Amino acid sequence: MTILSVRARPAETAVPAGLRVGVLALQGDFREHAQVLRELGASVDLVRRSEELAPLDGLVIPGGESSVMDKLARTFGLAEPLRAAIRGGLPIYGTCAGLIMLADTVLDGITGQQSLGGLDIAVRRNAFGSQTASFETDLDIPALGKQPVHAVFIRAPVVETVGPRATALATLDDGRCVAVEQGNLLGTSFHPEITGEYRFHRYFLQKVAAAVRR
Amino acid sequence: MTESISAEQFGSSRVKRGLSEMLKGGVIMDVVTAAQARIAEDAGAVAVMALERVPADIRSQGGVARMSDPDLIDSIIAEVNIPVMAKARIGHFVEAQILEVLGVDYIDESEVLSPADYVNHIDKWNFTLPFVCGATNLGEALRRINEGAAMIRSKGEAGTGDVSEATKHIRTINGEIKRLTSMSRDELYVAAKELQAPYELVAEIASTGKLPVVLFTAGGVATPADAAMMMQLGADGVFVGSGVFKSGNPEQRAAAIVRAVTFYDDAKVIAEVSRGLGEAMVGINVSDIPAPHRLASRGW
Repeated sequence: MTILSVRARPAETAVPAGLRVGVLALQGDFREHAQVLRELGASVDLVRRSEELAPLDGLVIPGGESSVMDKLARTFGLAEPLRAAIRGGLPIYGTCAGLIMLADTVLDGITGQQSLGGLDIAVRRNAFGSQTASFETDLDIPALGKQPVHAVFIRAPVVETVGPRATALATLDDGRCVAVEQGNLLGTSFHPEITGEYRFHRYFLQKVAAAVRR
Repeated sequence: MTESISAEQFGSSRVKRGLSEMLKGGVIMDVVTAAQARIAEDAGAVAVMALERVPADIRSQGGVARMSDPDLIDSIIAEVNIPVMAKARIGHFVEAQILEVLGVDYIDESEVLSPADYVNHIDKWNFTLPFVCGATNLGEALRRINEGAAMIRSKGEAGTGDVSEATKHIRTINGEIKRLTSMSRDELYVAAKELQAPYELVAEIASTGKLPVVLFTAGGVATPADAAMMMQLGADGVFVGSGVFKSGNPEQRAAAIVRAVTFYDDAKVIAEVSRGLGEAMVGINVSDIPAPHRLASRGW
């Protein structure tokens, strides 16, 4: 009846202290991301304005409605600064809607929908159909270790084309790609932030730490 | 991990509640035609609620209000890419079955329609789709969650443009949650009895300080300031019923309410988006509506 999510304990593997990570807070489950990042030791800013980008070492774009995030980002002058940050090498992790925002090409977007781009991929929005087709499953993701990743797909996108500059990290049994990385960018179709799965965020924070050192 | 690799699970609690999480910080708008659904999506609605008449019209025209015609729901699903919700009458599990087959994303078991059962609500665990249900207080919210609701919507008084009941209901729910967090276990047993809700759920809320599902607010929201006030009072998002399409300039008002919800704590932005919106819905004061005609009292 009452489903309490059992949070996996953050493992001891080092996430450097003192990293300042933003979570784009225009719409969606940004508080869940902020919570995971804080538990992993990052200092977290909720970001809604372009001037809030400057002090960040990394950024997470959460799940939500990609069309709404796109509109609000453009309305409030955040889209161009975000594109500049991506070009400048800011590490960014996007889940679901966030993955769509980071894709160079969006298929089945709403009329006029734009993405920020950065990942050399084509993403199909809402690729599984309506909410009755949303599901949870376990994924084998060697880059994160032996234990499978429990993944929740909610009206989720899939990566339909992985371009030469991007690397697929995870696929479903039917071969469709659901997690990618490219340099400092990371994207997943699913939502580690709502399942107590910390490994993606830790993996991301390691990218952030590496970028800070450079 | 109990499941084996690649065993896919549909309609689990996590998948249902997960969709609610993704709608947070968003505005869900009532629409009665595909053209209105287009306006709502273009304005930045996070989802649309497909229905035949907005609550203001249900109120003025009277009669029995039921689930919408499947053709209307189909036309709205075909028009937009954002999630589509639709309303079933309280207790009318067959209307809910129909909505699931039609391929909507979310079912609202709603007091705005005429109840089909004055004793039982729908057993929402039986469905793959998530349900949102209205509540005026914590006990009602917990009974709905116990029946499987994946989102609670504080009721307000739909179709009035008067936000006072929405204010009252969200304050009541959050106030009762706060009260639980200060109670000892022996007091929680009594609280569960008084709330007419399961002890386990009451104890969980006492320890987490929040509902286990997302809490939106609804009923009488007509301006960007109304929406922002609901967010400041602790709502995760806002339903706007008659407030958009019964106003003078739906496109602009819809976009303004979306912006006000994102920047709910920034009075400068709310002031800016409130300019030149034209006429708000005329509305009626809740105090002028005789008690038997108030929709919020439906649901038990």
